[in-house]
Order: sequence, then structure tokens, then C-alpha cells
Amino acid sequence: MKTPPIAPPLGPGIPSSSGADFLTTKLDIAVQWAQSNSLWPMPFGTACCAIEFMSVVSSHYDLARFGAEVVRFSPRQSDLLIVAGTVVDKLAPVLKKIYDQMPEPKWVISMGVCASTGGFYRAYHVVQGIDEIVPVDVYVAGCPPTPENLIHGIIELQKKIQSGELARHREAKTFVPIRVGVDPDLSIPAYSDGVMAHLQGKKELPEMAETAEGELDAKARAAAGEGRR
Amino acid sequence: MSATLANPFAPPSISFGPVLEQKLAGRVTAEPRPASDIPTLVTDAATLKEAALFLRDDPAAAYDLFLDLASVDRSKLPGDLAPKDKTRFQANYILYSTKRNEHLRLRVNLPAKEPAVPSLVGVWPAANWFEREAWDLMGIRFEGHPNLQRLLTHNGFVGHALRKDYDKKQRWLCTEEDLLQTELAAKTDDPADMFETMTLNFGPSHPTTHGTLRVVMRVDGEKIVAAESECGYLHRCFEGMSETHTWVQVVPYTDRLNYCSPMINGNGYVRAVEQMLGVDVPPRAKAARTVLNEFSRIMDHLVCIAANLVDLGALTNFWYAFQPREEIYGLLEACCGARLTSSYARIGGLAKDVPENFVEWSRSLLPTIRDRMADVDGLITKNKIAWNRMRGTGVVSKEHAIAWGFTGPSLRASGVAYDVRKDKPYEMYGDVDFDVPISTDGDNLARYLVRMEEMRQSMRIIEQILARFPKGPINSDDYRVILPPKEMVYNEMEALIYHFKLVFEGVKVPPGEIYSYTEGANGELGYSLVSDGSGFPYRIKVRPPCFPLFAAFEHVIKGGMVSDAVATLGSLNIIAGELDR
Ligand code: SF4
Repeated sequence: MKTPPIAPPLGPGIPSSSGADFLTTKLDIAVQWAQSNSLWPMPFGTACCAIEFMSVVSSHYDLARFGAEVVRFSPRQSDLLIVAGTVVDKLAPVLKKIYDQMPEPKWVISMGVCASTGGFYRAYHVVQGIDEIVPVDVYVAGCPPTPENLIHGIIELQKKIQSGELARHREAKTFVPIRVGVDPDLSIPAYSDGVMAHLQGKKELPEMAETAEGELDAKARAAAGEGRR
Repeated sequence: MSATLANPFAPPSISFGPVLEQKLAGRVTAEPRPASDIPTLVTDAATLKEAALFLRDDPAAAYDLFLDLASVDRSKLPGDLAPKDKTRFQANYILYSTKRNEHLRLRVNLPAKEPAVPSLVGVWPAANWFEREAWDLMGIRFEGHPNLQRLLTHNGFVGHALRKDYDKKQRWLCTEEDLLQTELAAKTDDPADMFETMTLNFGPSHPTTHGTLRVVMRVDGEKIVAAESECGYLHRCFEGMSETHTWVQVVPYTDRLNYCSPMINGNGYVRAVEQMLGVDVPPRAKAARTVLNEFSRIMDHLVCIAANLVDLGALTNFWYAFQPREEIYGLLEACCGARLTSSYARIGGLAKDVPENFVEWSRSLLPTIRDRMADVDGLITKNKIAWNRMRGTGVVSKEHAIAWGFTGPSLRASGVAYDVRKDKPYEMYGDVDFDVPISTDGDNLARYLVRMEEMRQSMRIIEQILARFPKGPINSDDYRVILPPKEMVYNEMEALIYHFKLVFEGVKVPPGEIYSYTEGANGELGYSLVSDGSGFPYRIKVRPPCFPLFAAFEHVIKGGMVSDAVATLGSLNIIAGELDR
């Protein structure tokens, strides 16, 4: 299948008598076209995927060809958050804060299976997909995704931006970001009931009682929702 | 197994046995061990400190380098392996003597209820973070520790994740308040100083932290008065996950420890398992592993140098250094199908044979590496600006490097010529000729120069092995541990059975333990393995080379400028994946 080239979706040109030519378009479309072709990524690189991200921006794969090479390390200067790598529970509030610091309009690419789903780390300290914390626009599969794959993800994002789909999406509030550590009323399934109840002010945090064998008290563990996941 | 047990006191393993007997008779005993493992001394919590001081200070022992603290929860060991004396936990201190080139394990068995030992921070400063980690994940208390907080998990975490009765999937919500509560931010030593210094938070998301490290500094203008670092922002539970997978399934996890040089991790791990099994690999596998290790080392050093120079503002070098990496990736891809996460090592050999043109291909990479290195060399090595930034900053003296448990290029840049490849050769390192570069300056420039020279030495090693790259099988013919070739499986009953058993049950490693070590790109990469004879690892503890480096970081940067801290962080090459596991 031939993919349509990314070109400004402009209206027909109007030749004018005064010597200057005009192009007609809608403001939205022109803005979306401009935005999609000058993404300023902020790499939130945490792990192995960040190394592949470095490959993507370096000379061989050269992200500049897609207008997205202006890597900014300040969230306030960028509009595309590329989460490259595993996000663990301890890092979750940090990621959330960085996302909140970015000015609108902003987009998020989740690079790699770790960021997308937790990957093969189904463990006690790993966020099972960053969409627990921030809304994601494009998921890029792979562990790590090959550079081509990430570039593909960026092209897909550009198409989405140009189609105006994302703007509508956001207005419709399809994404309800789960706010880690801020909004205890939204339950996060991955976390234990005990902790949620505590945060909602209903209950004391289960005590970690040590029995003679040094094991967690069975009751406290049950209260902590052990075995739910 | 008992047949292979060496006499516990036999030299050279515990040559200081007589002195030990004389000083600590009856309170420290040697444990019988298989020949492949390092010698073990057992003591109790009351004697630990005395024994530690003896081992460090007695010239006959001289264990000056603290390598690792591997804790084990033995509550789920099957019947005959279970501890007979009602002890549940074990603290294994792994020590190394730079003077005698010997490893040692010092062990304390601890009760199930409130396991506690005296802290050894006063004996080996490197023990600091290792003890915090053992407290965090295993719940062993270290009495007298200056700051026994959680390290890898957060303060909202309940329980100790690596205890056998902890459900490995149980997560705990982390809020911003659960992150490191630095006293530094609130406290100043002198109340009059309150308006002179300020607190600066550095990371975890900062371009020079290359991942996820955090340092909280107290600065007086540009000068760092005090600092406190924190890790754990990439604690992916490698050790916890490995207990729920078979021995071979752990290999992909090892790739993601130091993701700049995945092959080295995989090799170190399978070597440890091979030693436990008593399996030897054919020469061709050894040669291939060695070549790929060295290519990985080059890649790792290239990333380190490139990233470090970017932090110093020399962006061009980044493009130069990444070009050869891309070409090496091509070779790795031809070998195993993946660029970064290779999963190439297997117990008993490699996942598959190297490509036919491996030798020519590898050889053709060397000129590119040389050319690009020459570019960097020409731009930096005699560059005045680079010198001003790197020379005399981030200085680590020889004594400090040893006390803080440094290994690898950072230790060698401080003047200690310890390189596992040279001092305890493995794979093919014993058969090749190479030098171990050292420097005595211990500053950022020294670490840069040592890394540059190590890459040249790596190329020397590669060239020598390529010149006589062995033919023959790539894998061991011990089909208890590695899948037999497909033709055999289809034609021979026995091979079919082996295949079946391996696929369904996995490799069965005999009960026992080992500390096995190789030279990672950043230093000694150690694996402490415990097997209970089932198809799953009972406990895997990694000794990540970065861990002591980053633990010492807060001391190294003290008194310097903030901008020097950036240069130092890059030149120590902290890889979050292996730091936090
Ligand atoms: S997806 Fe794979 S390569 Fe990427 S961070 Fe996770 S483990 Fe590493």
C-alpha cells in the first residue's frame, strides 16, 4: 500500500493580478500542518530504550528528516513527550509532574513495551503501562523498538495531528489521566485496596506485623489486597 | 557434590588459616565448598565486626575491597537444604584483596525474627548502600548504620520485596511525599549559614543523569557544600523476577542490566551457571563470546565518552562516537537478530552459531572504530577546554577508590591495576596479549584516557582472536543444558528426550551456590547464585559495578563546582539499569 506523502493539505492556489500568489486554507489545518512538522521532543529516557532513542537522533537515522530533531530537555520547551524506557512506581510522580509542566498542545509517545504495558517486568515496583499516569497518543511496540519503528511512530503521530483527530479526542475527554498521588478518589487497579482506602481517609495503613517466622501477618496481607494481581 | 569439595583451609584459598585460628579460634569457621566457588568463612553477628577488622587489617588477609552484600532468605529451601539451626536469613559479604588477588565470602546466619547485624560501614565505607539495599529488600537491620533508609523502593512501600513470603506482584502507591526525604534540604549545619547556601535538586529527569538518578545538593554559590544521592528510579525488580523464571529465561533480563553492553552481562550470567553445572563450552563459543564482549566494551565506552562530552558541550563527538556503534549493531544483528537486547548467550554456548563471514565482518569494523576514535582523539585529548573541564575535577584517590568499592575503569584511573580479565582470566582472555591501562590521577581526564586506551586494547584482543578463530561446534554437547541440534532431535530417540526435558522442565542446576565474576564495562560484574535443585533460580544477586560508583558520587563532588559534578557523573558512567536492577 502506498502511504500518502505528508504534504500541506492546502486549498487551490489563486493567481492574483498583483503579482503575488495566494493559497487558501483553514487556519486549523495550517496550524496542524506546522505543528506536525516541527515537533520538539522531550525524551523521558529511563532505560535501554533511551539508548535506541539516541540512535534515532544521531546521524545514521537522523530524525531531522522528519522535523523532530530539536531535542529539548526541558518540558516547558517541548510539545512531544517520548517516554523511552521502563517507568517504575518511584518514578511515576516524576513523570506526571513533567507531563503537567508541558504547555498545550502536547503529545505523548510511549516507546517500547515497558512504557506501554510494563513489558516483561510484571513486578512489585513497575508501572504496568504509563497510561496509568498520562494519556498516550501513540504506542510503539518493541523491546526496544528498532529506530525505524520509532520513526514510524512519529510519522503516525504526525498524521494524527494533521487529521485533527487528536484535538477532537482531547476535547471529548476520552482520556482521563490517572493522577498518581494527587487524586485518591480514582482507584488504580494495580495498587492494593488497603493503600487506596488509606488514601481516601478511610483506614489506617495495614500494619506490617512480624510473626515468629518473620512473615507478614496474614490478616494485614489480606487487607492489603494481596493476590489481587 | 561432596566429592568435589575442596579442603576448606587448603592454601591458596585461605592461606591465612593459621593466623585466623589463632586470633578468632572457634568463632570463625571455614565452610567446605566446591572448587569453582570462592572460599567461605562463617561467623556470627557478635563476632562479625571483629572478623571484618581482622580480614581488612591483617596483612595475611588484606581484604581491602568490599564488593557485595548478598542476602538470602532460606525459608523456602526444600527439606534437606533447609537450615538446621532455625536461622532463616543469610548475609554474605563478598570481599576482595587487591594485594593477594583473592576473593572471599564472609557469611553470617541470622534468625527469622528481627534479623540484625552490626553495620560494617565503619570498616568498609562501600558497605553503606549495600546495607541499605539489604534492609530495603530483605529486611535485615544493620545496627549502627548512619542512614538506614529504603534505597531502591520508596517510603510508601510496605514489606521487604525479596523475602520469600512477599507476593512479587504486589505494588504500592508512591506519592511525591514518598520520595527521598532529604534532611539536607531542611538542615544546615550552622544557623548563620541559612542564607548563604541553597538546596539544588538535580534529577531524576535531567539531561546529564542519562536515565534516572537524583542528587540533592546544598550549594554555596556554585560550590557544592554537601550532597546526597538517591537511586531506585529504575528498580525493575530483576532479582525478584528472576526467581519466577527458569535459569535460561533469566538471560533476557540480564541484557537489560547494563544496556550499553548487553553481551557482557549475558556472558557473565551463563558463565556463573556453567560453573555451577560444571559445563565447559567449546573453543569456538569462547572465542565468539570474547570477541563480542570486547565489541560490547567498545560500544559501552563510546557511549560513555560521547555522552560525557555532550554534557561538557562537545556535541560533535556524539555523532562521531555513535557511527561505529551503528556498524557494530549490524554485526550483532547478524548474530542474534537484535541490535540492543541480544539474548545471545546460552548456558553451554550461544543461541546459534555466528554468521559465516563473522571473522571478516568483525575485522572490517575495526578501521571504522579507529577512524572515529581518532576524530574524537584529535578534538579532545589535547584540547585546552576539555583539559580545563576534566583535569583535576572529580578526583578520586587510590585509597578512596578502594574504600568506596570501585572497580573497572574508575578504579584503574585511580591507580589500581585490577582487571578480572587479567587477574582471573576467563573465556579466552588468558590466551591473548593485552595491557591494562592505568592512571594515577583519578580525575575525569584520567577516566577518559583510560577508557580510550581500553578501547584500543579491546581491538588488540579482537584482532588476536580473529587471527585464529576456531572452527568446530559452537555449543557444548552436554544436552542436559543446551538443546541438541534439530537433525539429532529428528533422528535419535535420546536427543528427542533431552529436547523434551529441556523445553518442559528447563535446565536443572544442582543445589549449591556460587559467586562468579567477570569484567563488565564498568567494573567487576558479580553474580551470586543460589540453587535449590528445582528448575528455577532460588536467589540471584547481582553485584552491579555502578552501585558503589554512584554511592560514592556524593562524596566525590563535595567541594567542587556544580558544573564539575556534571562532568564527573558522566565520566563515572552510571548506568541506571544495572544500578537499580
Ligand atoms: S521495552 Fe525493552 S528495551 Fe525498552 S526499556 Fe523496556 S526492557 Fe528496555
